[in-house]
Amino acid sequence: MTETAPARPVAVRHRRVGQERLPVAAMILAGTAIAFFALPFLGLLWRAPWGDAWSILTSDSALTALRLSLWCSLWATGAAALFGVPLAWLLARVSFPGRGLVRALCTLSMVLPPVVAGVALFYALGRRGLVGQYLDRWFGFTLPFTTTGVIVAQTFVAMPFLVLTVESALRQLDTRFEDAARTLGASRWYVFRRVTLPAIRPGLIAGAVLAWARALGEFGATITFAGNFPGRTQTMPLAIYLTNEGNPDEAVVLSLVLIAVSFGVLVALRDRFLGGGHPPTT
Amino acid sequence: MTLDARIVRTVGTFRLDVDITAAPGETIAVLGPNGSGKSTLFRCLAGLLPIDDGRIALDGDPLDDPAADVFIRPERRPVAVVFQDYLLFPNMSALENVAFGLRARGLARTDAQTQARTWLQRVDLADHADHRPGTLSGGQAQRVALARALATDPRLLLLDEPLAALDAGTRADVRRDLRTHLSGFDGLRLIVTHDPVDAYALADHVIILERGQVVQSGALADVTARPRSRYVADLVGVNLLAGTGHDGEITTSAGGRIVPVGPVHGPVFAVVPPRSIALYRAPPTGSPRNEWPGTITGIDRHRDIVRIQLAGRVPLVAEITPAALDALDLQLGDAVWAVAKATDIATYPR
Repeated sequence: MTETAPARPVAVRHRRVGQERLPVAAMILAGTAIAFFALPFLGLLWRAPWGDAWSILTSDSALTALRLSLWCSLWATGAAALFGVPLAWLLARVSFPGRGLVRALCTLSMVLPPVVAGVALFYALGRRGLVGQYLDRWFGFTLPFTTTGVIVAQTFVAMPFLVLTVESALRQLDTRFEDAARTLGASRWYVFRRVTLPAIRPGLIAGAVLAWARALGEFGATITFAGNFPGRTQTMPLAIYLTNEGNPDEAVVLSLVLIAVSFGVLVALRDRFLGGGHPPTT
Repeated sequence: MTLDARIVRTVGTFRLDVDITAAPGETIAVLGPNGSGKSTLFRCLAGLLPIDDGRIALDGDPLDDPAADVFIRPERRPVAVVFQDYLLFPNMSALENVAFGLRARGLARTDAQTQARTWLQRVDLADHADHRPGTLSGGQAQRVALARALATDPRLLLLDEPLAALDAGTRADVRRDLRTHLSGFDGLRLIVTHDPVDAYALADHVIILERGQVVQSGALADVTARPRSRYVADLVGVNLLAGTGHDGEITTSAGGRIVPVGPVHGPVFAVVPPRSIALYRAPPTGSPRNEWPGTITGIDRHRDIVRIQLAGRVPLVAEITPAALDALDLQLGDAVWAVAKATDIATYPR
């Protein structure tokens, strides 16, 4: 820290710290990338039926889909945290044979086409599925085509984001603080609650936000595993896809709502938790 | 309260094998260079590392005994630790840090905080109760760490390099405070350090650890008066030479010859104080019987002495005055004669 400021040559004296300028070519490419991200949203804004927006937005079908989307994605985030944090702990702290394979397995759904995830879930948890048939026979409990099914599908594809982020936070943690807590008489659970969890909080929040965003936008696994029933399994992305066939105006308004919600959350959390240049404080 | 431990633990290729016993109320300092096994020993006593062989017992209660399949987890041991960089929990105030151990034992929040406040008062930090660790000075952080450890009412208190994280200016004050606060604790104290001054100021009994073995133990004055290893000799600042005595002379393994006073037989150590060595440009004449040719390999100037390192059959450190250095015009690489009187050389069996 004390040795990063060598005497500067006079020729670059005017260049201030933090005012780094990129070469022109890189500026053009970066600008193109920004435009690439911005243009589709501008297209939606341009196409939006502003006159009818309010009535579409407050229509029963739109509100139902939005409510269902928020409900399911929040439950999926909660489930991802409940199961994902212990899983991340296991992957970060316990070395066992085949750990690499287990990690690959548990993050496979992140890279899988979501439709494949949906089909796979169907053959595992469906009414005739590997495990699903017993759920049905013994408990009369079916997952496909239910709201719970939506949550399961979303959790399946979203949890890896949380697991990987939390695992990385756990690995960066100075475990001596946990040692200190144990010598003071704290049980493992107490140590986790009062020392570990506060220390990995930024990572946990970042992971939860990523998982939530993934769950909110989930389409393929949901429609394959849970179907498309308004009020029960038709989340925003499904509603948008289907209304776009016959009623593009409504699709555009619903899209803008989804974008507004997601963008709002990203802006609210921006640099603090999503690694915008600051290393996480541990 | 007594500690009775034989600790055997292998970490990679390193093997620690030590015996430690401590009588009631004693303060023990474990002194050793880096890599001597101090931190392994420390972690074994705290329960953060199980031992492979041996037994650790406090007041006769086994804490770790592989043969009997006993291992008391760190949170169940009556052992508290002050870590080198204190490891205060950064998300808690000083008060919450001190209350941590009490709350972990199931004490209600308000009761724990009341007790913690008393402990902060004892270390003169009552007015810093709401401060976060990041805003405390090194000395204050150490006192919070000490209060946090003592609040759990341990029978054995471990201190890992308690003064190493402090700058030289505050170290003396903090050492004195630490001594005061430790004197109020009636359990056993074990301090791991690499600084003999800490050991001298805080402990009754020292254990010198090197390469996983106890090379010397006893009262500090006895240990330093008769060093048994290069490490201790360097700590004390004397020349330690090992050799074999016969016919009133000692021959070192490199072929050097040392003449002490009185008879010497068999394997012995000879201690030559650096201040008793005189340097000459030419072979001296006169009564001294110890004359060693050597080459200057180092010159360290201090305020009123100069330490000269000599290589030769009898490698030595000599301390001379700056005036003598100038008069002799000594330079690195110069050949000189080192001379010591037999009466200045102490010997004792190896």
